Amino acid sequence: MSTAPKLTIKDLHVAIEDTEILKGVDLEVKGGEIHAIMGPNGTGKSTLAQALMGHPRFEVTKGDVTLDEEDVLEMEVDERARKGLFLAMQYPSEIDGVTNSDFLRSAVNASREEGDEISIMKFMKKMDKTMAQLNMDESFANRYLNQGFSGGEKKRNEILQMMMLDPRIAILDEIDSGLDIDALKVVADGVNSMRKPDTGFLIITHYQRLLNYIKPDRVHVVMKGRIVKSGGPELAERLEAEGYDWVKEELGIEDETIEQKA
Amino acid sequence: MSVDTEQLFDRQIVTQLSQSQQEPEWMLERRLSALDSASRLSLPKLEKTRIDHWNFTRFQPFTEEKEIASPAELPEEVRRMVSFEAEDSVVIQKNSSPVFARLPESPKNKGVIFTDLVTATREHEDLVRKYWMTEGYQADEHKLAALHAALCSGGVFLYVPRNTEVDLPFQSLFWASGKGVGTFPHLLVVAETGSRVNVVANYVSDNDSDAVINGAVEAFVGDNARVRIATLHTQGTDTVEVAYRRTVVGRDAHLEWVVGDLNFGRTISDNTTYMKGTGGNAEIKSITVGGGEQRSNITATVHHQGTYTESDIVSRGVMKDQAQTILNGITKIDKGASKANGVQAEKVLMLSREARGDANPILLIDENDVQAGHAASVGRVDPIQMFYLMSRGLTRREAERLIIFGFVGPVLDTIPFDSLRDRITGVIERKLK
Ligand SMILES: Nc1ncnc2c1ncn2[C@@H]1O[C@H](COP(=O)(O)OP(=O)(O)OP(=O)(O)O)[C@@H](O)[C@H]1O
Ligand SMILES: [Mg+2]
Repeated sequence: MSTAPKLTIKDLHVAIEDTEILKGVDLEVKGGEIHAIMGPNGTGKSTLAQALMGHPRFEVTKGDVTLDEEDVLEMEVDERARKGLFLAMQYPSEIDGVTNSDFLRSAVNASREEGDEISIMKFMKKMDKTMAQLNMDESFANRYLNQGFSGGEKKRNEILQMMMLDPRIAILDEIDSGLDIDALKVVADGVNSMRKPDTGFLIITHYQRLLNYIKPDRVHVVMKGRIVKSGGPELAERLEAEGYDWVKEELGIEDETIEQKA
Repeated sequence: MSVDTEQLFDRQIVTQLSQSQQEPEWMLERRLSALDSASRLSLPKLEKTRIDHWNFTRFQPFTEEKEIASPAELPEEVRRMVSFEAEDSVVIQKNSSPVFARLPESPKNKGVIFTDLVTATREHEDLVRKYWMTEGYQADEHKLAALHAALCSGGVFLYVPRNTEVDLPFQSLFWASGKGVGTFPHLLVVAETGSRVNVVANYVSDNDSDAVINGAVEAFVGDNARVRIATLHTQGTDTVEVAYRRTVVGRDAHLEWVVGDLNFGRTISDNTTYMKGTGGNAEIKSITVGGGEQRSNITATVHHQGTYTESDIVSRGVMKDQAQTILNGITKIDKGASKANGVQAEKVLMLSREARGDANPILLIDENDVQAGHAASVGRVDPIQMFYLMSRGLTRREAERLIIFGFVGPVLDTIPFDSLRDRITGVIERKLK
């Protein structure tokens, strides 16, 4: 598949243990576009990301998600991935005994046909090159998956996976948190190297800093489980400078967090 | 169940068995005394596993088999457990009889003895008399040990002289075949001072066999010697297997043991290491994978008697279906064994709701100046880890497989022989299907 992807989210409601977190999210992300999602803590940004990927703890109670007109919500997690959805997680899992490179190779082969597996040589070459690009020490290839990685190392490892898998829609959840200034630039360069008409991005972040490196086409603000405001890159700049109060005022929101039903 | 052992196996059967193997008088005496003990002693007391209804006594105690001329005569499932290249050393026992043996010139010329125990007793009586069920295996430990001592037949003897080094592993294979048989594989390994040797023992049965396998391994790791042993068990669903292994580790000696308890039937597996000499080092690793209704009780004990002795017990159990396992680790440090260091970790991973597992770390320490540590865990596959792996496109099956092999990795990855690691991996894959 090399046609430009289109992810469409319509009126998405998501609950966790009977508490509704997302209360109607609408968004469309196409290949070649970069969308940034911002918003105060606890307003549902990660919930959106996890629900799109199919996290088992989140239940979609209403709405539709399609990727190129195909129903994403009907798909198992692995099927979503093989259709080109990727989520760089805010808190990646650690898995003991599974080396990074074994895992990566299984992942790369997962979206290839049986009998068409990538050769070990070719895989190693690509991995070495990508790791070098991300300034990752070679030893990370043989370390167990995220086991004992520092916060920033985990983030880099997420981006390594993204670059190896070359997804069609990449969702990055706070990929900048925990990165030092140099690493931020390296990771941003990695993301920018993948900018192309075949790939769309949904980037969740708290900071304009990342968006200085990765220029978004659209910026959305999430509060109370909804997108409450959208705009161009200038919206992110204003949020960085002034915080969220003016948005709340403008929209008459007093408490931006999610109302929990009694 | 107080099975009357006396009635099942009388002195005459034991005497006949001994005579048919042309054994010396002292051996018959040891057997008869063990037979007395068998009726007197009770079953071993196992932590959290009921074994009183397991079959330990209903079988035909001696089943003679014909020799085979070449490995080609072996069924494929049996043959594939062993490597039969020209330079490989192999002894095969089917039921009660040694049926195949090969010892290439190179180890033979170094003075290595590798043969069945019957032959060894005839040709090297003093050696066998010194080591056979003396300081290692204790025939009066419980009823099952006594039964083994009274009824064992065939057996394998490996003797490695002083400062002798052999790289290629000495392979034995004990094969239980047919209905109603009882087998008593006995492997005796003597590695003299400064020797280096690798040993692989396979325990297999036909798929439809309901054999009772009551086996023993005795190993003597001489001062400064280095012994690596792998014991791989793949008995069928209807079998009952008892395996008691006893090792004595000398001064500055190294023991590495990998146990693959990959049976499909009931299993008692008990590995005890006596760290007698100063500075000895032992690594005892085991993997068990259980399926169906399987029950297993797996114990690794290290008994520190010498100063500066070190041990590491690593046990992993993977349980699916309704299988249950109990993993016990016992680190015992005697008074006077100062500067000893014993660590252990037992972990169970359950793949289904009905699977059960238990990990029991036990430290028994009578000396102050030591180090000891333990870790134990019992858990299920983490759904968040599964989500993470599947979010990269891995199927549920593949994701679970990675997690399982990651879990047993600390044991599997340290297996010194590639071919054995591949075989064990193959059996695990088969068990997980
Ligand atoms: N497992 C859970 N159990 C209960 N509540 C949860 C769970 N996970 C998330 N929540 C709640 O859902 C709400 C939204 O959480 P979410 O992680 O989506 O926020 P976020 O916008 O990503 O915040 P942050 O910027 O801090 O990452 C929060 O109130 C959070 O406490
Ligand atoms: Mg979040």
